[in-house]
Amino acid sequence: MSITLKALQKSPWVFHLNTGACNNCDIEILNCLTPKFDLERFGVKLVGSIRHADCLLVTGPVTRKAAPRLKTLYEQAPRPCLVVACGTCAISGGIFKDGYNICGPVDKIVPVDAYIPGCPPKPEAYILGIVKLLEKLGQ
Amino acid sequence: MAKTIIPIGPYHPLQEEAEFFQLHVEGEKVVGIDVSIGYNHRGIEKISESLTFDQVPYLVERVCGICSTSHPLAYVQAVEEIGGIQVPERALYLRTIIAEMERLHSHLLWAGLAGHFLGYNTVWMWAWKYREPVLDVLEAVTGNRQNYAFMKVGGIRRDFEKEDIFRIDQILDELKPKIDLLTGAVMDDPVLHARVKGVGILKPEDAYSFGAVGPTARASGIKIDVRRDEPYAAYDRVEWDVITDPAGDVFARVKVRLLELYESVKIIRQCLRDLPGGEISARVKEIPPGEGIGRVEAPRGECFHYVCSDGTNRPVRHKIRAPSYVNVPTCQVTVPGETISDATIILASVDPCYSCTERMQVVDKEKGTTLSGKDLVRLSQEKTALLIKGGHR
Repeated sequence: MSITLKALQKSPWVFHLNTGACNNCDIEILNCLTPKFDLERFGVKLVGSIRHADCLLVTGPVTRKAAPRLKTLYEQAPRPCLVVACGTCAISGGIFKDGYNICGPVDKIVPVDAYIPGCPPKPEAYILGIVKLLEKLGQ
Repeated sequence: MAKTIIPIGPYHPLQEEAEFFQLHVEGEKVVGIDVSIGYNHRGIEKISESLTFDQVPYLVERVCGICSTSHPLAYVQAVEEIGGIQVPERALYLRTIIAEMERLHSHLLWAGLAGHFLGYNTVWMWAWKYREPVLDVLEAVTGNRQNYAFMKVGGIRRDFEKEDIFRIDQILDELKPKIDLLTGAVMDDPVLHARVKGVGILKPEDAYSFGAVGPTARASGIKIDVRRDEPYAAYDRVEWDVITDPAGDVFARVKVRLLELYESVKIIRQCLRDLPGGEISARVKEIPPGEGIGRVEAPRGECFHYVCSDGTNRPVRHKIRAPSYVNVPTCQVTVPGETISDATIILASVDPCYSCTERMQVVDKEKGTTLSGKDLVRLSQEKTALLIKGGHR
């Protein structure tokens, strides 16, 4: 296993991008970092720039204005970059799927490594998703 | 000095919508500000026209994650107005309880974020920890932590069990001392006073001309509150006060929100005490042609829904106006004249769907210097640290 992957497993730094979500998924992501759930015990840290991140958490159905930004961010990310689609909207478009301003879902724009379903996913679901992703990386 | 433009946003991990601010600065001082929104435009009003009246609450719940009671409530009120539907008393009381629980968790969430911007990360962690029991009880009584799916045309979807009432009561008992602690900490902290008092002042006349609503207007001494001005649900049957503060600065907005927590607790307690029995939903056969409006005091201010029906099973027009739409532009008067390190908290103080400090970037074309969002948060936090060192303690 390459050293980058091994390091990534110990401390995946995540960058979070809202592509038009209603905000619930985003708040639950933050909730994961607060004392009750404390995702930081797995080394997960929310970072301010995609250039520092190993993992891109995408929420929302990808609006027309957000789609080019999502693409740019993915291109700017250092490799390997794991993309996680969080919530129903990011996975399938959800209720907004037929909207005139929607380009999504996320996997139409960038390749996705993991899906965390739920509307919004509970913090427990996020933790499970991240842990599963890390386990898969180890194999 | 050359004018520099600082773009803030549009992406940030902390709050609701993606918004894009451009700060025009001369040195440290902000001289102008532009707002550009639309990153989150999903065409909800149009999608709503393709759904039946019963499906729309599911959609409008997802307008904003935090106001996931206010939007459906405003919508069902608009439809009930069209149909002249009488909602059972019990449903009105339960709607009030859920709406106030939402206010509790929303204000706590904001208090935490404000703490983070000012460099008090402990406040962030603690306020969000206090918020968790509220979410737990919401999950217990409605089935979901957020997006409660509680409102329905004619009433509500789920009834409360007896143990739910005990549970809510217990949570409120536990929450009260925590709010006391939080409020006490804010009111007594000299550094916080030095940091946010007199900063970002919104004068009452400006609040009027921008049409500010909710805590933003109330912190400028304007006594408006839909819950009092045009009572809906069970608000006319309970005793409570509209909290105002004449100062208009960031501190006043913090204070108004924290004191509103007490009012929410008061309202929920009275509702639990007076909760009548009976049906939770009226029978709705069809929605006649006509128009209706629904107004709800969301945690951020007045949330307005207009629904037009032509007698079919779906709305022909559905208009939504969310509170941030009028609150965010007030930054045009509150931010200029302040320093960059204060801009963060002023923009955040209207509780917009903003807190994008993680994705700010300062681009100075002439010098080629770059400041990231982190640097801006750092600037803000350093200012607080400086005040602590400067002997204000």
